[in-house]
Amino acid sequence: MPENGIGAPVRRREDKRFLTGKGRYTDDINRPGQLYAYFLRSPVAHAKVTRVETAQAEAAPGVVAVFTGQDMAADNVGSLPCGWTVTDRHGEPHKAPPHYPLVRDKVRYVGDHVAMVVAESYAQARDAADLIEVDYDELPAVVDTKEAMSGTQIHDEAPSNLCFDWELGDKDAVEQAMSQAANVVELDLINNRLIPNAMEPRAAIGDYDSGTDSYTVYSTSQNPHLLRLILCAFVLNLPESRVRVIAPDVGGGFGSKIYAYAEETCCTWAAKKVGRPVKWTAERGEAFVSDAHGRDHVTNVKLAVDQEGKFLALKVDTTANVGAYLSSFSTCVPTYLYATLLAGQYATPAIYANVKAVFTSTAPVDAYRGAGRPEATYLIERVVEVAARQLGMDPAELRRKNFIKPDQFPYQTPVALTYDIGNYEASLDKALEMIDYKGFPARKAEAETRGKLRGIGLSAYIEACGIAPSAVVGALGAGVGLWESAQVRFNATGTVSVMTGAHSHGQGHETSFAQLVSEKLGIPYENVEIVHGDTGAIPMGMGTYGSRSLAVGGSAIVRACDKIVEKGRKIAAHLLEASVDDVEFKDGQFTVVGTDRSKSMGEVAFTAYVPHNYPEGVEPGLDETAFYDPLNFTYPAGVHIAEIEVDPDTGITQIVDWVAVDDFGRVLNPMIVEGQVHGGIAQGVGQALLENCVYDKESGQLVTGSYMDYTMPRADDLPSFRVGMTVTECTHNPLGVKGCGEAGAIAAPPALINAITDAIGEEIDMPATAEKVWRVCQARFAQAAE
Amino acid sequence: MYAFEYHKPSSVEDAVAALSGKDDPKIVAGGMTLLPTMKQRLAAPSDLIDLGGIAKLVGVREDGGALAVGAMTTHAAVAGNDLVKSRIPALANLAEGIGDPQVRNRGTIGGSVANADPAADYPAGLVGLGATVVTNKREIAADDFFTGLFETALEEDELITSVRFPVPQKAAYAKFANPASRYAIVGVFVAQTDGGIRVAVTGAKGSVFRVAEMEQALSGNFSADAVAGIKVPADEMNGDLHASAEYRAHLVTVMAKRAVAAVG
Repeated sequence: MPENGIGAPVRRREDKRFLTGKGRYTDDINRPGQLYAYFLRSPVAHAKVTRVETAQAEAAPGVVAVFTGQDMAADNVGSLPCGWTVTDRHGEPHKAPPHYPLVRDKVRYVGDHVAMVVAESYAQARDAADLIEVDYDELPAVVDTKEAMSGTQIHDEAPSNLCFDWELGDKDAVEQAMSQAANVVELDLINNRLIPNAMEPRAAIGDYDSGTDSYTVYSTSQNPHLLRLILCAFVLNLPESRVRVIAPDVGGGFGSKIYAYAEETCCTWAAKKVGRPVKWTAERGEAFVSDAHGRDHVTNVKLAVDQEGKFLALKVDTTANVGAYLSSFSTCVPTYLYATLLAGQYATPAIYANVKAVFTSTAPVDAYRGAGRPEATYLIERVVEVAARQLGMDPAELRRKNFIKPDQFPYQTPVALTYDIGNYEASLDKALEMIDYKGFPARKAEAETRGKLRGIGLSAYIEACGIAPSAVVGALGAGVGLWESAQVRFNATGTVSVMTGAHSHGQGHETSFAQLVSEKLGIPYENVEIVHGDTGAIPMGMGTYGSRSLAVGGSAIVRACDKIVEKGRKIAAHLLEASVDDVEFKDGQFTVVGTDRSKSMGEVAFTAYVPHNYPEGVEPGLDETAFYDPLNFTYPAGVHIAEIEVDPDTGITQIVDWVAVDDFGRVLNPMIVEGQVHGGIAQGVGQALLENCVYDKESGQLVTGSYMDYTMPRADDLPSFRVGMTVTECTHNPLGVKGCGEAGAIAAPPALINAITDAIGEEIDMPATAEKVWRVCQARFAQAAE
Repeated sequence: MYAFEYHKPSSVEDAVAALSGKDDPKIVAGGMTLLPTMKQRLAAPSDLIDLGGIAKLVGVREDGGALAVGAMTTHAAVAGNDLVKSRIPALANLAEGIGDPQVRNRGTIGGSVANADPAADYPAGLVGLGATVVTNKREIAADDFFTGLFETALEEDELITSVRFPVPQKAAYAKFANPASRYAIVGVFVAQTDGGIRVAVTGAKGSVFRVAEMEQALSGNFSADAVAGIKVPADEMNGDLHASAEYRAHLVTVMAKRAVAAVG
């Protein structure tokens, strides 16, 4: 194995530029003659727009143009599409009301796009926006998920604000099991709404070249080809061949930069209208109101359990808030990325889920780190914990009793997925040992002497990553295939450029993918360069989300490397005057089997480009492209255990220990994996303890619209995480890898809430803020005193 | 941010002179509240008069047994100052807990005190220690300085030049921070001073206030138990997303207990 090959904790090469301020983000790019855009956003949640008067703004200093929805309509600009059609339980497609980049007659959330001002400077654009007169005929807001169906109708196309009423699983079997079960454990849960808060706000530049009638779009995108496809084929009616999308360094996405938004659409369109490049960069406040939010489910769950503690059936009723419009993939999140995971790690024989998706006068909701899987894991791991308490069983042992056993794989769940492999007990045992589970009662007693309530909470999660087999998602309504591409190109002097369709916005692909290629081709790590994020430079790719980059994108790289080796053997055989069948490739050398005669990969690559002595019928060059379509999802799984102490006087929860044992299959760079786990847990802790997106029920205003009120987790909110690994290798991709990006965010919330509820002895919804916890403590002490 | 005229005087006299004849001038010290407000277009002063050029407003010095902290001394400088750390460690602790490192390196004591944010930390320190606000015109006792929500006794053309802190026998500050902003939801400053026990509370109401009942109880028995049973009424407390009035009232007692315990 090369020094920096698979399994080595290589430091991230991209960090040098990020940490020294040399990163090149969209806002760092400036085009000659560039103008600046400012979006006038709706100050009200729900209103008919009866008049937009732009004359004064157009006359303001520096203003080049002011555009409204009517201007875009006149140009036949289309609606931003939702890329996944969910068919409801009556066989009807979901309601898909139009989502125009600039509103045409109505605003539907605070932050909705009313007009676009293009000016010589950003300040001038913003000043001019103050001069636009808009008459809003206000309508009542509806922000609450539970009350959405009885609220004011937001779209003519969607009575009762219902987007779809969908189901999965065998309802009759579940109801029968429920009716006969010894115990039915029931829980009402809220999965709180979150605002993604990538460090880099969204930004875009539209640049039109009239000489070639072509566009270049710079955008903070997680998937530039998909953005191009949506812009061209659905919204702006442009040939893809004339549009190049560049997503340069991108500072975090967490899902929120998967989607095609109004702003990049408008900048692209406006660039041709004004004949100059148009740039927009979100202010942080705009990110709060207009980035697609995450989660926002209200759920009732029932778990039927027999006398011995065996799970018999699970029934889930969820209302999911999709916001005011459907974002690019919002419909698949509370359905196929959610209900299909409801088996969790357990052999529950019957599962049924009903999901109602509702429109509200709030920002669109779409995939956010984990996307559906945190919501599924939260309800499973909460109801399992509560079941253990109600049945008087140890929560670890109740889980163990119901785990899918190693010899049951491949395991067909009652909710469509087939898990290929796993060993859940191995992760549980390791986690219990790491946290010293048996020593918990003593630690709890010690904490009591200090006036603290100590609690412990488990979370045994599973997720479906490596999204996804194209035929499967196609059958479920996806509008795209979810393969990935890679091109591995040797240069004549032996260095390699790898063009990947995956996109790195914090994941460290430039390092880990180079390790992979170094190992596969037996060349130095330093000789491998990773190119991504530019539709003009890479083969068509599907981008990064759903922890798919290594499982799908990495597999494509492996396939392209295999093709390189295959061709290299032909060239080497010729040079070595041997039969191709006698040449084997190992550690960067092509060797005639049983001899010491060999040619290095570098010599073969040079020969391919300087083919003076070359095999007949073989093309010059060493440059191979592969597309990889996964055969199944991958199923990372693991056990997290949180140990916390509550201060009953203040309600503050302190996390005192955290053990994460994850099975990600084969690990390419353990340092990067550990970092992903840490970051994921931090976001999960954020959801469980701190973060909460709040809209005012009456006015529909975003109350938590800045860091003064929206509580992002900080370093001092978090403990030192202890990370362990178990490994079962994925059975169906060439690397045996599963994906690790979302696991922490999926596993963490139930572990933490289970620990807190263990400590305080009452149910509590996320986020478990100090005041909420204090109120429970107060009530219990008052009760105890009586 | 809207356009404005920028002035950077080098003396207090010039700064005061710069105030006159302007439409809507504003003094900027560290700018930790004013600049974000202007960026959000919620404030649009015609002129900004930056005190950053007035060297003599910076620093801590002894002043007849008290410590005089220049108005333009940053929170980080107060937190790290040897005199403050040795003479009034509670004040250094308070300064060290304000905001985050960026805020502490820019924000100043004069700016914080003049702004009189109901959730700022310094008002508790000033009132708790019985400090004196020194201006270009006069001296104002901290007890008389904070007059309401973002309201002070300062006149239009009056600038804070320093704050004079008498050195207490012992003191401590206990803060329950807003998890998002790290402002005080409730901060209680307790001091044993030559003038008696002082208990000052910030964050809980529209302005900093003293709790006479706690001061009395502590005068007889300086222990956490002495204040444990003293509740402040919830009806005058602030209530927001992060803490209801009832919770704040409760936290006043809890933080007072902790401050007393920390005093020792």
